Amino acid sequence: MSSVDTSNYQQLIKQGLWSENPGMVKLLGLCPLLAVSNTLINGISLGLATLLTLVVSNTIVSCAQGMLPQAVRIPMYVLIIATTVTVIELVTQAWLPDLYISLGIFLPLIVTNCLILGRAEAFAARNPVRHAAIDGVAMGLGFLLVLVALGGAREIIGQGSLLTDSAHLFGSMANDWHLRFFSEQHGMLLALLPPGAFIGLGLIVALKNKIDTMLVTTNESS
Amino acid sequence: MKSNELKQGLILGSVATISIAIIVMTYLGTRDAIRTTEQRELEAKLIELFEPQSYTNQPSRDTIELTDSALGSQTPKIIYRARNQGVPSGAVVSATAPDGYNGNIDLLIGLNMDGDIVGVRVTNHMETPGLGDDIDLSRSDWIRAFDGLSLRTTQAYDWKVKKDGGQFDQFTGATITPRAVVNAVYRVASWYQIEKDNIFAN
Repeated sequence: MSSVDTSNYQQLIKQGLWSENPGMVKLLGLCPLLAVSNTLINGISLGLATLLTLVVSNTIVSCAQGMLPQAVRIPMYVLIIATTVTVIELVTQAWLPDLYISLGIFLPLIVTNCLILGRAEAFAARNPVRHAAIDGVAMGLGFLLVLVALGGAREIIGQGSLLTDSAHLFGSMANDWHLRFFSEQHGMLLALLPPGAFIGLGLIVALKNKIDTMLVTTNESS
Repeated sequence: MKSNELKQGLILGSVATISIAIIVMTYLGTRDAIRTTEQRELEAKLIELFEPQSYTNQPSRDTIELTDSALGSQTPKIIYRARNQGVPSGAVVSATAPDGYNGNIDLLIGLNMDGDIVGVRVTNHMETPGLGDDIDLSRSDWIRAFDGLSLRTTQAYDWKVKKDGGQFDQFTGATITPRAVVNAVYRVASWYQIEKDNIFAN
């Protein structure tokens, strides 16, 4: 998995955003990815929270490498991740209450996102701190990207709008950001329901694979 | 071997202790802010469910907890009491509609001393987005249909969705949700008529 030259930051970013993208390639953390991507703002919010958790947990795990006994490392990762998430949850509840209401039960669910545990085990535990942090940013951004694409698509198709409830994330200055393309009644409800999430993600993965194939063929023919 | 396992256990234990310490510190640091926000949100919600200028006390602090099947839950439910110069002037009853499409729908129901409904708000629900969640004021005005309704001027058969012969709109593709809310509000309003004196008896 980490057979790549880890000293190369560009490589790390490319991996996170594209070639090993957690949402499109590794298919990690599908539960929150599918459950919370019903609107663009929900997607962005969960993506940011996951990104933050991933960077913090990767950094801590990387700092602690060598100190954690091999046999009990997984419970320790879980402890570290759970602590990080709890702190983020409390801070959100205290100072971003609107966001807390809309993310609700999904914030604690970040604990169970195997993407975070996966990166701790596969990357952070055996790489220098700086690389682990960059990997956290890259993987987190990759996850955020898929959430944004899926959330945006589902919101447009399902309810004909974009950026509803942006005030939950950006405060009252975002009250007017709401865009409406067509009346909500004409939305395709399927997109908002769980099957729509699976279909949407499937289409995104297919599109990614298509682009990869095209890139390969252009490279070969040139 | 034994000492190795002991060492692992100790390390695991100390990491757990450090984690707990961090969480405790965060909890203590955020507790007041969380409490203040919750209190403010509660007050903002309650203010719409009492008749304007009808009270002089702070209903969010004048509460009583009651358990009654009419409130839709086995656990005690909070009732916020409004008083004007000490004289009872209205109450906001928290209740649950246990028969929503996806489980419990939590409600706040404001009533004046005549038992008329001042307003109803949904505080928590798991209804289907785009179908059942129109009970939420942020999604539609449906919940305002309860404003000003009175048991004195309506009959039991009015308290149904139109599909069942009553006066409340159902939603396209979602009848169970509004039906659950209408039932719960009617149940609480009827209960309140009988229990009103007990609620304010202190």
